[in-house]
Amino acid sequence: MLDLGKHAAFIWVSYGVVFASLIGVVIWLIWDGKRQQSLLDRLEAQGVRRRSARSNDDTVN
Amino acid sequence: MLRFANPTWFMNFSARVLPWLIGLTLILLGVGLYMAFFVAPPDYQQGETVRIMFIHVPSVWLAMMCYGVIAASSIGLLVWRHPLADVSAKAAAPIGAVFTLAGLVTGSLWGKPMWGAYWVWDARLTSFLILFFLYLGLIALRNAIEDETLAGRLTAILAIVGTVIIPIIKFSVDWWNTLHQPASVVRSGGASIHTSILYSLLVMALAFSVLFFALHMKAMRNEILRRRVASLRVRQVDETLAVQPVQAAE
Repeated sequence: MLDLGKHAAFIWVSYGVVFASLIGVVIWLIWDGKRQQSLLDRLEAQGVRRRSARSNDDTVN
Repeated sequence: MLRFANPTWFMNFSARVLPWLIGLTLILLGVGLYMAFFVAPPDYQQGETVRIMFIHVPSVWLAMMCYGVIAASSIGLLVWRHPLADVSAKAAAPIGAVFTLAGLVTGSLWGKPMWGAYWVWDARLTSFLILFFLYLGLIALRNAIEDETLAGRLTAILAIVGTVIIPIIKFSVDWWNTLHQPASVVRSGGASIHTSILYSLLVMALAFSVLFFALHMKAMRNEILRRRVASLRVRQVDETLAVQPVQAAE
């Protein structure tokens, strides 16, 4: 175990706060990305398409 | 240049680049943390507390760099009216707020053992606190206006006006008598920190920078998806309304 002296608590709390915040941001971004993708998939499954997607389909067909 | 600012191109590009950025972040963070705790010696004045600097300084730098990204994106929106610039500005604000808060908290936790106080109304600390409020203001203004285009433009104007805080933060330690020490890394005459501590600090700063680009890229991808969802919902309503009169006529 590292001996960080009498101010060890300040050091550990600093690292804890920073990494907890950053991990929180990462979790939020992953959750938000999955949510948006699922909403988009649901709308597309209902047959609603973006103009650009539609024109691509027309070209393929 | 505009080809690179195309949302579809960006989604394809970021899908390929993001895993590499995440990998590079993890490697740099691993190396940086090892150097911060096992390579860098205790400072002759601060003792072990200097280890807080390895996360405090990168957080503060990133908080300011993120604001620079928002300001540049805001100029991109107001001058070229490119939607991807607005996506970039909107995505960066919460990330910048987190880095600013991290800088404030770690600075405060360093200040107590070194200065004997968690907080002093010193020019550097106060101007940095204003940056945090500015971030909150940008997020609040954006969320307060329903019209996405208007919200983007007004937020961009506020962001550009707010850039005045960046030089104030940077030069506050030179312009006023502050408890906060003057610049010790980015200054004329070179860094005044011993290389044994400086290299660990620079590796952590690089790790935080790559992390920021990864988070920003992911947040931009989410925002593009959100706008596609909103656009499809409008299209769905339009199509429903277009079908109803035909059915009524029949």
